[in-house]
Amino acid sequence: MSRVQNAVIGSVKTVLGWMPERWLPGGTPDPLIGRHGEVGRQASRLDGPQKVQGKARFAAEVAMEGMCYATLINSPITRGRIARLDTAAAEAAPGVVLVLTHRNMPRLEIVPVMSISNMGAVGNSALPILQDDQIRYNGQVIALVLAETQEQADHAATLVEIGYEQAPARTRFEEAKANARTPASILTEKNQVSVGDAPRELQQAPYSVDNLYRTPGHNHAAIELHAVTTAWDGDALTLHDATQAIAPTANALAKLFGVRREGVRVLSPFVGGGFGGKAFWDHQVVAIAAARIAARPVRLMLSREAVCRMIGGRTPTEQRVALAADAAGKFTAVVHTGFSVMPTYAVCPEQYSLGSRAAYRSKTYQFGQRHLDLDVVPNTYMRGPGESVGSFAMESAVDELAHQMGIDPIELRRRNEPETHPLSGTAFSQRGVLEAYRMGAERFGWDQRSAAPGTRREGEWLTGMGCATGSFPYVRMPAGAVRIHLTQGGQATVSCSAQDMGMGTSTVQSQHAADRLGLPLEAITFEMGDSDLPPAPMAGGSAQTVSIAAAIAAAADKLTGELLRMAGNASPVAGLRAGEVRLVGGELVSLEDPARRDSFHAILSRAGRETVTVTASASAPLEMLKFAMQSMSAIFCEARVSAVTGEVRVTRLLGSFDCGTILNPKTAASQFRGGMIMGLGMALTEETLFDERSGRIMNASLADYHIPAHLDVPDIEVIWTGIPDPRSPLGARGIGEVGITGVAAAIANAVFNATGKRVRDLPLTLDKLL
Amino acid sequence: MTPFTFARATSPEDAARLAALEGHRLLGGGTNLVDLMRKGVEHPTTLVDVTALSTEIIETARGGLLIGAATRNTALAAHPLVRTRYPVLSRAILAGASAQIRNMATVAGNILQRSRCAYFNDPAASRCNKRAPGSGCDAREGFNRYHAIIGGSPACISAHPSDMCVALVALDAQVHLLGMTGARTVPLAEFYRLPGDTPQIETVMAPGEIITAIELPPLPVAARSDYRKVRDRASYAFALVSVAACASVQDGVLTELRLAFGGIAPKPWRALHAEQALLGGPVTREAVFAAMDLELAEAAPLAGNAFKLELARRTAVAVLADLTGVTA
Repeated sequence: MSRVQNAVIGSVKTVLGWMPERWLPGGTPDPLIGRHGEVGRQASRLDGPQKVQGKARFAAEVAMEGMCYATLINSPITRGRIARLDTAAAEAAPGVVLVLTHRNMPRLEIVPVMSISNMGAVGNSALPILQDDQIRYNGQVIALVLAETQEQADHAATLVEIGYEQAPARTRFEEAKANARTPASILTEKNQVSVGDAPRELQQAPYSVDNLYRTPGHNHAAIELHAVTTAWDGDALTLHDATQAIAPTANALAKLFGVRREGVRVLSPFVGGGFGGKAFWDHQVVAIAAARIAARPVRLMLSREAVCRMIGGRTPTEQRVALAADAAGKFTAVVHTGFSVMPTYAVCPEQYSLGSRAAYRSKTYQFGQRHLDLDVVPNTYMRGPGESVGSFAMESAVDELAHQMGIDPIELRRRNEPETHPLSGTAFSQRGVLEAYRMGAERFGWDQRSAAPGTRREGEWLTGMGCATGSFPYVRMPAGAVRIHLTQGGQATVSCSAQDMGMGTSTVQSQHAADRLGLPLEAITFEMGDSDLPPAPMAGGSAQTVSIAAAIAAAADKLTGELLRMAGNASPVAGLRAGEVRLVGGELVSLEDPARRDSFHAILSRAGRETVTVTASASAPLEMLKFAMQSMSAIFCEARVSAVTGEVRVTRLLGSFDCGTILNPKTAASQFRGGMIMGLGMALTEETLFDERSGRIMNASLADYHIPAHLDVPDIEVIWTGIPDPRSPLGARGIGEVGITGVAAAIANAVFNATGKRVRDLPLTLDKLL
Repeated sequence: MTPFTFARATSPEDAARLAALEGHRLLGGGTNLVDLMRKGVEHPTTLVDVTALSTEIIETARGGLLIGAATRNTALAAHPLVRTRYPVLSRAILAGASAQIRNMATVAGNILQRSRCAYFNDPAASRCNKRAPGSGCDAREGFNRYHAIIGGSPACISAHPSDMCVALVALDAQVHLLGMTGARTVPLAEFYRLPGDTPQIETVMAPGEIITAIELPPLPVAARSDYRKVRDRASYAFALVSVAACASVQDGVLTELRLAFGGIAPKPWRALHAEQALLGGPVTREAVFAAMDLELAEAAPLAGNAFKLELARRTAVAVLADLTGVTA
């Protein structure tokens, strides 16, 4: 987040720019690219039967002997202090085991927060947890009540008497602009970038648009509530958690509670949706502290209200996008700036301008984000952080300019498609967004769109079509290790502390391991969800699949080396090195001379070994610095708007994706579709109602925070180019987040096409269309 | 949630007796009351289960329907006589909540459901005159998109959230009450009180009175009736505006009309002024707009809900045009 960081990353990129491609990861394409095997097959999820039979145990379902139940009290005020605190009545209530407040909470350090310069950290908030009497935001945890039953704990929580001394709070977006911060960097990118004289081009260009777009805050709303079941045994800690970050959580807890890392075990085999909201928050810490003091196992499952109040969501934004074009429709200025809320103690910069920097070729550019300090629950990552809301602004603006120029919006995008990264000139690893548009437009029937808005009507319903580009950067997390354990019988167990929040991690990595090790899918066991396994990075940034894939590839290479070493001089593969063989059909086979082969079984038998085990770490993800890499999409929407009521009903959505190799069409389509449904919610109904008078969220429930209901979700078609990325493991790029991007803009553009009304404030509620 | 005891009413009289006791609250499907208890809005000492009371739907001698208070919303919506004679009621019920909630919710519980105002439902941090009389109203200058534009008061602008009740007032439904002093019948349209200075008092029910049944009069015009609910989310959302209407047209003029609105007032709003203005005339956009201007003359919309004035009259035009087969 600093100038130092800008300098360091800038230098690394420069050095990598000089370095020959073949020296880098991805310099030689992954040999599995294009090979027909398990990868690419429509495999059903391996954990499907467990889930539909209710046998998959989630964090709040683990039973422990002597367990008690916790409830939290969240602050109803926004700033101030606890002036009076009386826990006597609560402590005397039936079944109460413990009332934990700042008075009896162990003194703990601040949890290190996740950042680009500390990728192993996991904290979402740099605020102290129950360490003093200060209230810093509305919803802050101020007490935990532990009892024999959940009902007893819930009731006793109402008996804790708390008096507050209120202090002025910063709660108003507009007022905070006067003290906006301008960070030096946004994640890995320099924040403020200016190329050429964009203001002048905007003034002089024959065509231009220059508007403000607003997106509200969004609550995290995963179906599984945040939950832990935890117990101490001496200095050994077990935590069943719903988390996207198993190993980092174990590391953080060991440091925080001053115990040996080996004694901390975090288990999270199943997570009911993460979306960026399930990393490390206050609830884990207070539950673990309570378990230690009470010397009892503790279960804490947050209420839906508590999730809304103490787990940060997506921050609100106000974005300016200005575009200018010459008579030929070539962009002469691309401007994307704005404000979003990011308290100093939060971790997510909501990088809405980053996608725009890689989107279009232009003569001039201007980018920059400013942060507003408010006293709010620390905002955090939510599916497609930055790009989800940023693409709404940018892709609405492109549509507005196309309309002004009388050009088809896809054609306008085609005319401004960059050949290399627009700012850095870095080569794209692979970019097929125009192909995605071609395929999508054909499939969707884009040629049926009427260019003139408001001209298609059936009864009272106006119909329109819109499209937009979505994008999300390729990320491969540094570090991450995998262990492979191979038996003489040809069974392989592949292990790491990976997370599965419902995406199908174990299924896809099993498919991958089968191909990588040359074994049938049934021979692979993929172990995950446990911090005792070799550490995987957190599941975030749509990075887990390639991050683990790279570690499996490294471990498979090491295994190959081990097998070759064991094979001995009498083996047909004697003298070959790891890069000179492939693993196929349970054998090592010479690439040059397929007649030279030796089976795993034979090698292990001759060596007198039942098994062989290797552990290896992934290579550094330098490819993402050497190349411009991103998943992209072309989203198409058909929407109907009632001319009577302004109600918007989306009737068709199609996503055409360009995300490299699709590893499993079934789980991938599900990911894309889920992302698009989240985009639909963002477009039409989702909005955190933050009362600026009080600093309190007023719709902390799913009855009042409107995610799409089934009736809102139309048929969603998902297609992809499937063009492998030559620079990434398996040729794959991330697919978890790109699905949400571009959707809100495609819907807003369809609504414009239907009605002639341009709505620049999400959500697209009916009052804005009356 | 505060601990409470649980009792079952064995008869309407038994229920009325228990309802009169301090801290006792009647429990139907629990789809609203239990939520309110969890949120700390309601603190009953005893819950009186009344689901064993009448769930019958019987045809009256006059040709109307008598609907037991404990009838589930789903059962009422699905009843053949309701679907054929009072389709507006069936459609209103099905437009509300979710299938699961409708399966649980009772007719009397629906009528007596309480405010969905965010500030009413937030005892920890918000002011609300309905919940804590005299504490103030945070909705007036806060989030009031779902609130009343007419019939509210400086003390309270909460809108009645029911869909079913909008249809019921359009159908001239009568509420059968039973109390310590005996039984009486009140038109649903007069059953609710506007908030005035006492928003905590929502109905004309005396302490200890209970609803035993709802009666629908015979109403041939209701066979041609409809309910339209306007909302951003297509399902499981309260109405921003809803319209219940029964209409018949002869020779191009309205000869009979029942018109009611939801989402705009503290009670299901029977639009008698608009009905009067429209009867005897054709259904045209201009006529409906003029009638709605008359109906909403006293409206006092706020920043978050002013759009409902336009939305209500437009929706009224569309519903009446659909019902009468004209293009307005």
